[in-house]
Amino acid sequence: MKISASEVAHVAALARLRLSDEMSAKLTEQLNDILTAMDKLAELDTSGVPSTNHALELSGAMRPDQTGESLDHERALANAPDSDGQSFIVPKVI
Amino acid sequence: MELHELSLTQAVDLLAKGEVSSLELTQALIKRIKDTEPQVKAYLTLTGEAALDQAKAADQARAAGQAGPLCGVPAGLKDVLCTAGVRTTCGSKILENFVPPFDAFLVKKLKEAGMVLLGKHNMDEFAMGSSTENSGFQTSHNPWDLAAIPGGSSGGTAASVAAGSSLFSVGTDTGGSIRQPASHCGVVGLKPTYGRVSRFGLVAFASSLDQAGPITRTVADAALVLSVIAGHDPADSTSAPRPVPDYTASLERGVKGLKLGVPKEFFVQGLDPEVEATVKAAMAELENQGAELVEVSLPHTEYALPVYYIIAPAEASSNLARYDGVKYGLSVRSEGAGLMDMYLDTRSRGFGPEVIRRVMLGTYALSAGYYDAYYGKAGQVRTLIRRDFEAAFEKVDAIVGPVTPTPAFDIGQKVDDPLQMYLSDVFTLSTNLAGLPGMSIPAGFSSAGRPIGLQIIGPHFAEETLFAVGQAYEQATDHHLRRPLL
Repeated sequence: MKISASEVAHVAALARLRLSDEMSAKLTEQLNDILTAMDKLAELDTSGVPSTNHALELSGAMRPDQTGESLDHERALANAPDSDGQSFIVPKVI
Repeated sequence: MELHELSLTQAVDLLAKGEVSSLELTQALIKRIKDTEPQVKAYLTLTGEAALDQAKAADQARAAGQAGPLCGVPAGLKDVLCTAGVRTTCGSKILENFVPPFDAFLVKKLKEAGMVLLGKHNMDEFAMGSSTENSGFQTSHNPWDLAAIPGGSSGGTAASVAAGSSLFSVGTDTGGSIRQPASHCGVVGLKPTYGRVSRFGLVAFASSLDQAGPITRTVADAALVLSVIAGHDPADSTSAPRPVPDYTASLERGVKGLKLGVPKEFFVQGLDPEVEATVKAAMAELENQGAELVEVSLPHTEYALPVYYIIAPAEASSNLARYDGVKYGLSVRSEGAGLMDMYLDTRSRGFGPEVIRRVMLGTYALSAGYYDAYYGKAGQVRTLIRRDFEAAFEKVDAIVGPVTPTPAFDIGQKVDDPLQMYLSDVFTLSTNLAGLPGMSIPAGFSSAGRPIGLQIIGPHFAEETLFAVGQAYEQATDHHLRRPLL
C-alpha cells in the first residue's frame, strides 16, 4: 500500500475536503494505483540534476511602483456570497 | 458554401469586401448553433442577443473605416477564459454563477480586434480531463461521430469549430487540452510557447504549464488568431517580453531544406495502427515537398506521464485553494456552522470527482515527508525531459509525430479508469513540461471515420516554423476541407 485509509483522511483534512466513506475507499484504491505508476521515476538516477520549476528562464518581472487600474468595492464584492458593501462576511471563526 | 462552413480567413475576406455583413454572418452562426447544439452540446452559455448588438457595432465600425483584424467575426470561447459580464464556469459547479468583473487579457485583445462573442464552450472541470466527461454540466459529442468523445479538456471548443457553430476559437492546453481535442475533431489546434500568450484572466489549473492558443479550421486561421492574442502583459509576470511577428507572413515559407525529427519513442507499442499509418503518410508528404526526415531520440518520453501527474496536481491543489466560499463562487453555509464547515462543505459539494482526485494527489505530493520523493523528483526529471528536446533541436528544426495514441474513443469507455484516461495525453504532455509550442493539424481519418491529427513540435518561440510546416501539408491535402454531416 502506497497510501493508507488514514493517510487519505489526513490529506483530505489538509485539502479542506469532506469525503464520504464510499468516496474515501474509492480514492484510497485509485490513489494507490496512480502512486504505484509514479514509482517509475525511482528508476532514474537524478543526483546532481537541478529541478525545473519553470520552462522558460525568466527572472522576476519588475515594473515601476505606480497605481494602475483596479477593481472598486462594488465590482470586487459583486460575486460575494455575503458582504456589507465594504467587506466579505464569513461565518464565525471561533 | 453556407456561411457557417467558412474558414476564419475566408470570413474575414468576405467581410472586408463587403460581400457579407457581420450581422448576416452572426445570424447564420446563431442559427447553426440552434441546429447543432441538441446533438453536439458544445456550449454552456449562449450570448446571442448581445452578439447581434456587437455585430451591428462591428458593421458600423467597418463603415467608419475602423475595422480590426477580426472585425465582425462571431465565435465562442472556452469557458476557462474570463469574460466581463458573461458567466464563466470553468466547467465547475463551484463557479456555476460566477460573472467575472474583467476580461482575460486575450479576450480583451480579441474584442479590440472586433470579435463578436457567441457564448462559452463546455470543457472538463477546471480543464482536468481528456473527454469533457468531467464537465460539471454536460458531455459534448464529437461532430464526426456522436458516439465518440470530442477530446478534452477543450472538447466543447474543438467540437464547436468542427460543427461550424464557431468560426474560430481559443482553448487552453496544460497537458494536451488544445491538441488532443483538435486531433479528435479534425481541426487545427496550437499550443504556443509557454509565455507567448498572457495567462491573465485564464482560470488557473497548473500555472507553470497552462497556455492558451487558437483552435481553428485552417493553419492560416491559427496564424491570424495568434497574431492577435500573443504579446507581453505586465499583469502576467511569466508572459514573454518579446515582439509579436505577423505570423501569417510565415505561412508560405515551405518546408524545402527543413529537417524534421521523428522521435522513435513516439512510435511504440500501444500506438493504434491506423494512427501510425496516417501519421507516416503525412510525414512522407512533407518529405515529398523537400523536408528531410531525421530519426531523433527523446529517451525520457516514458517518464513524462508520471512527472506530469505529480507537477500538475501539485500546482492545481495550490491554485484551487482559492475556492473557499468567501469571495465568489459556491458557498455552503449551514445554520450555526463555523468557518471550517463552510470550507469543507463548499469544496466537497462544488468540486467533481476528478478535481477532488487531483487535489488529493497534489496535496499528498506536497505534504510533509513526501515532497522530495514526488514533487522534488518530478522537477528533476522535468529537467531531463527538457534536455532531451534541447539535444534534438540541435539537429532538427521541428519534430513530427502522432498527437494521440488512438482516434477518439467512445463516450463512457474510460470514465471509471483514471490512469487509462491519463494515457491519452502521452504524446502531448512533454511539450508542456518543456514549455515548447506544439500544433495538431488534420491528417486523415480512421476506417470508422474518426479524425486523426499530425503533431508538429518546435523549439521555444518557433511558432513560425510550425505554421510553415502545417501550411505546406494543408496545401497538399484536403482533410481540412471536409465537414462533418450534422
